[in-house]
Amino acid sequence: MNRSPIPILKIKSTLITSVQTELQDETVDLFQQDILTRIEKTGARSLVIDISALDALDTYVARMLTSTGKMAKLMGARTVIVGMRPEVAATLVRMGFPLSYLETALSLEEGLSLVNQPIEGFSVDDGQQGD
Amino acid sequence: MRDAGHDSSQDAKESIRIVEEADIITARQRVRATAQELGFDSFAASAIITITSELARNIWVYAGRGEVVVERIDKGARKGIGLQFIDQGPGIVDLPKVLKGGLSRGGGLGLGLSGSKRLADEFDIDTQPGKGTHISVVKWKAR
Repeated sequence: MNRSPIPILKIKSTLITSVQTELQDETVDLFQQDILTRIEKTGARSLVIDISALDALDTYVARMLTSTGKMAKLMGARTVIVGMRPEVAATLVRMGFPLSYLETALSLEEGLSLVNQPIEGFSVDDGQQGD
Repeated sequence: MRDAGHDSSQDAKESIRIVEEADIITARQRVRATAQELGFDSFAASAIITITSELARNIWVYAGRGEVVVERIDKGARKGIGLQFIDQGPGIVDLPKVLKGGLSRGGGLGLGLSGSKRLADEFDIDTQPGKGTHISVVKWKAR
């Protein structure tokens, strides 16, 4: 059961969630706890967060996404943010938000195919393609 | 401080009191609706909504209470949104550094104020340590 108002779905080893509500501290805390609990319970290896419903994304929410990704990583899961709108991307870059921590994909479909690729592509600092 | 809280006689101006976290969302929604009414494109709308979020949250985090005044500017060909963020909080001690970005007082990345300045078309800040902060922002609709 989710305790936050943001549903979390599971397909195979991927958790999928979509942020559609306005976020506040309490929602963020519950959401992150839900995610981590679900990763532990399901053994999920990846987390896809859809933000296509957000028409504006402030540094508060951007920090939340970054910290959720870091937490998930500590639990062994890879996080991909999908569906960022063009205006949101432009706004975040103009503000100078450091996005290096966030892995992104254009759409849910792209995000899913990204996380379903062989896991060795997901290393800490090695950009080399394995073969 | 100006009498921004008593402008209800002009229907183009509206004041939203910030006393709890949910008020930040109210301010965002008000600004989003105004941007839609004025026909802002999605990029300008996203910028002004984000500015509202950042600066209203600053009021809540640092001052605890204050107000956001939303002004709809419609002068024929020139349309825009004017915002004022007013609090009687601790003020900003090292404004030049804070405006450069990267200096956080509240555990964040310190990008709220500097980022908002970059997103705005006009940005004025009047702050006095121990007395409060008054920020005025204008975002014009692209012609």
